[in-house]
Amino acid sequence: MFKGKLHGIHAPHRKNTVDSVPTRMPVPAVVTVPMSMSIGAPSKPVVKPGDEVKVGQLIAEANGFVSAPIYSGVSGKVKKLDDILGSNGRFDTAIVIETDGKQELYEGITPPVVTDQKSFVDAVRNCGLVGLGGAGFPTSVKMGVEPDRVHAIIINGAECEPYITSDTRTMLDDAPSIVEGAELLQKYYSPQRIIIGIEDNKPQCIEAMRQAGKNVPGFEVASLPALYPQGGEKVLIYHTTGHVVPEGKLPIDVGCIVINCTTLAVIAKYIKTGMPLVEKVITVDGSAVANPQNLIVPVGTHLQDILNFVGVKTEPRKVLFGGPMMGISVPSLDAPVMKNTNAVLAFAEKEAATPQTTACIRCGRCVAHCPMRLMPANIESAYQANDGAALKALKVNLCMECGCCSYVCPARRPLVQVHKLSKGILNRYNAKLNAAQEKESAKKAAQVGARKEGGA
Amino acid sequence: MESNKIVSVSPHIYASTTTSTIMRDVLIALLPAVVASICFFGSQALIVEVLCIAVAVLCEWVFEKICKRPNTIGDLSAAVTGLLLALNLPVDIPLWQAAFGVFVAIVVVKQLFGGIGMNFANPAITARVVMLVAFSGTMTTWAIPNFSDAMSTATPLAIIANPEAVSATTSQATAAVVKLPTLLQMFLGARGGSMGETSVLALLLGGLYLIFRKVITWHTPIAFLATVYVLTALLGQEPLYQVMAGGLCIGAIFMATDYTTSPSTPAGKLVFGVGCGLITVFIRVWSNYPEGVSFSILLMNILNPFICEWTRTKPLGGVNA
Repeated sequence: MFKGKLHGIHAPHRKNTVDSVPTRMPVPAVVTVPMSMSIGAPSKPVVKPGDEVKVGQLIAEANGFVSAPIYSGVSGKVKKLDDILGSNGRFDTAIVIETDGKQELYEGITPPVVTDQKSFVDAVRNCGLVGLGGAGFPTSVKMGVEPDRVHAIIINGAECEPYITSDTRTMLDDAPSIVEGAELLQKYYSPQRIIIGIEDNKPQCIEAMRQAGKNVPGFEVASLPALYPQGGEKVLIYHTTGHVVPEGKLPIDVGCIVINCTTLAVIAKYIKTGMPLVEKVITVDGSAVANPQNLIVPVGTHLQDILNFVGVKTEPRKVLFGGPMMGISVPSLDAPVMKNTNAVLAFAEKEAATPQTTACIRCGRCVAHCPMRLMPANIESAYQANDGAALKALKVNLCMECGCCSYVCPARRPLVQVHKLSKGILNRYNAKLNAAQEKESAKKAAQVGARKEGGA
Repeated sequence: MESNKIVSVSPHIYASTTTSTIMRDVLIALLPAVVASICFFGSQALIVEVLCIAVAVLCEWVFEKICKRPNTIGDLSAAVTGLLLALNLPVDIPLWQAAFGVFVAIVVVKQLFGGIGMNFANPAITARVVMLVAFSGTMTTWAIPNFSDAMSTATPLAIIANPEAVSATTSQATAAVVKLPTLLQMFLGARGGSMGETSVLALLLGGLYLIFRKVITWHTPIAFLATVYVLTALLGQEPLYQVMAGGLCIGAIFMATDYTTSPSTPAGKLVFGVGCGLITVFIRVWSNYPEGVSFSILLMNILNPFICEWTRTKPLGGVNA
């Protein structure tokens, strides 16, 4: 089943902050907590302006199945419910809290009672977790499958994005929590295998996890080549189990669950202490940052406060949430840290400049490096021709937007951007196709009906 | 919400390779062949090479100026085309004919089809074929290389194809010494031929450099050379000789690997290389032309869109609708 490794790129590692033990940043004066921090429905605020809140207190509840509750990471007073423009271009409600600096704990924090898989999933849901690897999929939705469908649980410790070391620090500083989480998963899912996949450029993490997990039967530590995007869900599944997740299916359809190592540590700690997800370890780095380091900040901390704390060498011209391969560039330093933020990177003019695009020379580098074995140059041609049928055949829907194609393109073509837009064209094409098919079958049914009547 | 922040779609970092660095690597890879051409054919070789590069860059610049297209001489692709064509010409080619060839390559084959990345055939190869038809006399008159004990002015392949005719056209005094160069002479380059094609050693060095720099992969050259080797061996020829003779090495390493006019997948490259090899041997063995590398690459360039269609990658987890 396993046929060699998938393609990828040897991105520069730039893990400058690997030795920086996360320190807690002084509480900022104001935090802004957006209601949309994960895929799915925005959460619903349960506080109103003037309310006093404490650390760990519920401030917004989940609104539907694919949604997650939100807890305050600070103590203070709710100033207002504001409308903020998110980096996805949509306005979103946000709870603005003026902090009092006391960081008083909420009295109602108690460990949840977990007895079976159902109560485990409830705990994951109540903890407010979304996938901390970056995609921000509510973790409880992923965990809420029937346990006997789960054959392998893969803990994602790849952390393949350049610069970011927040998962690395979790593995180094909190390996026991990850292992405790793994034991919980073994208890409630009984998978045949439980594997943590770590890129081999982090030998100290591999060692730490081997040490922490040596007394846990069946706990495997897989050393994976440092080849971006090793931490991509489908890539990780393929490299640890050999399974290929088919188009349109989920990891669970091949018996796998992939969970980020920091997410798992948060689950384990929540079940032990009852403290939900209220703060994040983030890597602050980039050419404009004076003192790159790992910081612990409450969810909702403004970028400006973080950059003020770490200091900037020069005016940042591009600021990212996340790594340089898949991170989102933000238009303003007012943007707050979200649940799935694992890094803030600030770049000076030189690294920020958008490169000059030249003509495609059909060199095939994009094809040779695509982990999904797509043909980005062909997809671009189909996009330019607005050709939905060609995009369907080229399977642009399988693109995970990892950025390898754009990274290696010697002509600096905006291939990821084109793929995102192509998915829109493909969706419209599929919708039209479905509508036409329905019309056709309705017509046929009518004809059959008419013929029957005629014959009768 | 005023902001001076640059917002762009990921990724935000790039590999250092650009079109210019790729073309620069090709020029560097051609340097050994340039040195060999000067060694064996004298300073005239350098004159033709410099002229071709200059005319290529000038043609590209003027054409883009006239058409109000962005200036692309900085990507060095015109320089590569100019040098490649020069290395595929006999050293005694009249300079105006060389300049005409470069014009065909840059303006007719490349720019009229939309510039870099848009041409369906390799500019240098096509221009060479045009010149072979237009100037068949000068294009097949080969100078005697330095350090060669052969007095013949025919290429080894011409001698193999038609020894009597070659003997008849050479003078009485030299007729006796119409003989094939040794394998070592073939390898080093002391033989008749286009000025850049004769030194297998120099071309191999360039090819290894390109593979090392990941500019090309081994697939096309190896498939091309191996096909010629196996097929000529089956047909009772001396295979090693056939592989080193003519323009095979420069064609397999530098022309058949042209990005725009050859497939981008490994499978496609193998098909392309094998196809080039088959056509080359057919022409060498059964046609009136002694050499067929240019024609084979040109023909495969034309088939390239079909090969690309047949050798598409299979997406991971893709389900056929």
